[in-house]
Amino acid sequence: MRDVAVVGFAQRQMREMEGSPTCVELLVPIFAELFESTGWTKSDVDFWCSGSSDYLAGRSFSFVSAVDAIGALPPVVESHVEMDAAWAMYEAWVKISMGEADTALVYGFGKSSAGQLRRTLALQLDPYVLGPLWPDTVSIAALQARLGLEQGQWDEKEMASVVARSRASGADNPYAVVAGETSVDELLAEQMYADPLRKHDCAPVSDGAAAVVLAAEDRATETVARPAWITGIEHRADGQSLGLRDLTRSPSTAGAAAALGGSGGVNGVDTAELYAPFSHQELILRRELGLSDSVSVNPSGGVLCGNPMFAAGLVRVGEAANRVMAGTSDRALAHATSGPALQQNLLCLLEGRS
Amino acid sequence: MTGTLHAPLRVEFDYTRSLGPVLSRFMTGLRDRTIVGARASDGRVIVPPVEYDPLTHQPPTEFVEVGPGGTVSTWSWVSEPVPDQPLEKPFAFALVLLDGADTPMLHAVEVAEPSAMHTGMRVTARWVEEPAGHIRDIACFVPEDDASVVESGGFEARKLAPQPPEKDPVSGIVTPVRLDYTYAASPEESRFLRGLEEGRLLAQRCPKCHKVYIPPRGACPVDGVPTTDEIELPDKGIVTTFCIVNVPFLGQRITPPYVSAYVLLDGADIAFLHLILGADADEVRMGMRVEAVWRPREEWSTTIENIDHFRPTGEPDADYETFKAHL
Amino acid sequence: MGKQLAAVIGVGQTHHRAKREDVSIAGLCREAVDRALEDAGVGFDDIDAVVLGKAPDLFEGVMMPELFLAEALGAVGKPLLRVHTAGSVGGSTAIVASSLVQAGVHGRVLAVAFEKQSESNAMWALSVPVPFIMPVHAGAGGYFAPHVRSYIRRAEAPEHIGAMVAAKDRRNACKNPYAHLHQPDTTMESVMASQMLWDPIRYDETCPSSDGACAVVIGDESAAASVTNPAWIHATAMRTEPTTAAERDQVNPQAGREAAAALWKQAGITDPLAEIDAAEIYVPFSWFEPMWIENLGFSVEGEGWKLTESGETEIGGTLPINPSGGVLSSNPIGASGMLRFAEAALQVMGEAGEHQVDGARKALGHAYGGGSQFFAMWVVGSERPAA
Repeated sequence: MRDVAVVGFAQRQMREMEGSPTCVELLVPIFAELFESTGWTKSDVDFWCSGSSDYLAGRSFSFVSAVDAIGALPPVVESHVEMDAAWAMYEAWVKISMGEADTALVYGFGKSSAGQLRRTLALQLDPYVLGPLWPDTVSIAALQARLGLEQGQWDEKEMASVVARSRASGADNPYAVVAGETSVDELLAEQMYADPLRKHDCAPVSDGAAAVVLAAEDRATETVARPAWITGIEHRADGQSLGLRDLTRSPSTAGAAAALGGSGGVNGVDTAELYAPFSHQELILRRELGLSDSVSVNPSGGVLCGNPMFAAGLVRVGEAANRVMAGTSDRALAHATSGPALQQNLLCLLEGRS
Repeated sequence: MTGTLHAPLRVEFDYTRSLGPVLSRFMTGLRDRTIVGARASDGRVIVPPVEYDPLTHQPPTEFVEVGPGGTVSTWSWVSEPVPDQPLEKPFAFALVLLDGADTPMLHAVEVAEPSAMHTGMRVTARWVEEPAGHIRDIACFVPEDDASVVESGGFEARKLAPQPPEKDPVSGIVTPVRLDYTYAASPEESRFLRGLEEGRLLAQRCPKCHKVYIPPRGACPVDGVPTTDEIELPDKGIVTTFCIVNVPFLGQRITPPYVSAYVLLDGADIAFLHLILGADADEVRMGMRVEAVWRPREEWSTTIENIDHFRPTGEPDADYETFKAHL
Repeated sequence: MGKQLAAVIGVGQTHHRAKREDVSIAGLCREAVDRALEDAGVGFDDIDAVVLGKAPDLFEGVMMPELFLAEALGAVGKPLLRVHTAGSVGGSTAIVASSLVQAGVHGRVLAVAFEKQSESNAMWALSVPVPFIMPVHAGAGGYFAPHVRSYIRRAEAPEHIGAMVAAKDRRNACKNPYAHLHQPDTTMESVMASQMLWDPIRYDETCPSSDGACAVVIGDESAAASVTNPAWIHATAMRTEPTTAAERDQVNPQAGREAAAALWKQAGITDPLAEIDAAEIYVPFSWFEPMWIENLGFSVEGEGWKLTESGETEIGGTLPINPSGGVLSSNPIGASGMLRFAEAALQVMGEAGEHQVDGARKALGHAYGGGSQFFAMWVVGSERPAA
């Protein structure tokens, strides 16, 4: 299998996107930015792959209009997953590793503001015994939060610390939708929203799009000085049944991390971009990943500063890769999640070479 | 005028879901005001029953009645309920470990405020008046009456007889799903639609390939760049190809039979679908020259439906060679 | 290490019906999955990853159904993907699954595709009115009928060709116990007499709306060694083009032509008509048979209908097309593409029962989606591909 690297990343994030839910208006400038940074044209891209959701847009086949942003004549090799674009990147990585493509452009987009996100996500649940109760995604995360709080696995100060640190980091991120200096005390003084979660414990509802460029071996080194090499990528799913899982754990994250063990695992990462839409979930992920306190977690601010659904996982990859490419990180971990209460998880190791 | 156009979009359907044998036992139990779990291969009683055992991957064969009371193993407060949740005023969602069950199930608990909830509290199901075999037959859970004494662990799971109940089992459920969105047009579409409001047909030309698109796409589909050059087109053109729609369907807005045709306006490089009237369906031809018939001006808004339909102009048909590349 | 060999080692499908009211969504998938696992001689524990494909979530009203189905599909603790490429999805799902094996990531992958469209209504789901867009077309038929008219004109095809295809596919379906429509009395004349739905497409020339699922187990060389009749994957191809573009040919789409050319090249096939023994191609409206015959390169442009008219696309002819009865006889939309791929595999595995094409050694599976803009196809063979 060939070595594959991230050689470019671009994103757009905003509270509410003015424009169609197919997000073509966001993708066109994002692609332009990537062609600028890589020096490529669209004919240099061997494979296009995207992640998005019809239900977010309210329209079937919503990804089809996004194909207009590609300029797909002459025809292109293209595919789509109805998942976060991090999984589209996985599909692209497979294709390049086996030699069917040398390059790929992966993109994801989501206009959550078009609907009522926390209600729409109830449709991800078992349609017989859960869905008809319309359990909103915040309530489910809150159940998980309370379990951990009452079992003494974390406390609200730790949750607030995650928020404070994230928002402070977000202040350095021009794409952050929510950011700024705040203190644990100030945060704990806020009223409950979905007891035991406060509003700030939940990722904001925001819109956006992102894209990542992948290249194999020589193609990567020709394109950027310091590619972010994907030295490991694994994903696993847990069952959905809320009564059958220990919601305070994330076995799929641990399973993916163990599978990365062959490439040195998550030991030695200096940076981790974790997709934790609720503050307590970062605590769960850190524990499953065994991240030491020296790891810089979510220097971008993470999704607590902006959560462009179906792109946010790819943004984690991009933010980690950017730091590797810039030389501020030598070994970074990017994580993406899908489904209620961390049901499904993907891990990607990115490294620079001297 | 700036900003993109918005319109409400409602996506709704009453989904009819068949259950299969395992869920049918569960829903039939609910109709009979009982809560049924399944025994897994490791001996645990799982509620609601899983359709396939986590270890053996086979359907469970032993069903067990549990509850109707149990204890809250965790809960969260819904301070701002969303439409169609079990209660319209603030309530709790909880995982409830029913007596006799080994796994908790999710449902709503009705109490006045969060301080009335605590992990470990006893709750019991409140049933609707006419259960139909649906998870909502349980309206919600409520705190068990303090006056009733229930010894913890005193309930024994009753094994159900393997024969199906006497009444017809519940084989399906109906789940209404209604989602409301605010649908926004792209900036290009918005300009096009505002033009229509003024009775103008505004097309967009790609600065690279110079092809003219109406209605506009988000970007030139060939070059992937915004089609920023605007040109106004006449409201005349030709039918490139068409079909005669005979079939009624749910959600249809025009009564069949009607001619649905691709209309290529003079000057445009793509055709769009519209309605042809003013000719019998069997008189419509590929290449037929047509012109727009607009609704009365006072009815205009930001929609292609300002043009009610296209009608034949009576001019000679366009030669096939001139439009065959547009098929 | 380059691309590894991969083969279909097990195929399963459901009995496709207008309404499978006897099963839940999971039950529908499991019917196909259990049959595929049994055909492959493996259990869930032997499966390394699961890839699910289906068409828009709106059809069943469940968002990202792989999540709630993870347990039923045996995917707990495993990698799980959900592909959605519109109507071609069943095919692209099989291609993604085969890539995982060819890349050496997994040894055995389970690919599943399903649609339980009776939970809503297919015409509604395909025609939900979106603001600002003229609600003129009536579902898929209304979208494709004008382009069928263009084909008939362009190729100067006689009117009865569509009816010939429909009669053939319906008669073939009678030999397929899983097919939805079993209409043994269908003849070209009876089809011509049926009502026009979207002129020029008639009622009997139109696919049904079906509930159904399909599953395939794809394995590497060592997995293939444990079955007697693997269907080796010789080539795969996918291409996409825009929905609307000034240069688009809606009748003979460039993406389809290029995918086919790439496919034949990868498979080492220079004369598709001679070298392919059976073709399962995505024909939801009967006229797509001659259109795809041309698009795939089985005939020159404008002459696809002649191959149909000659009878050579019947079982027993030079190029049997849709011996299973095809999409015209069973159409669970998300699964239909995988059914084409799976039926092609069944042919070279010698497992197609009554609709087996004698001696089939190389077969084509083909799927398309969207506005004839997404294409996925594969060639499978009873022998290993040449090095």
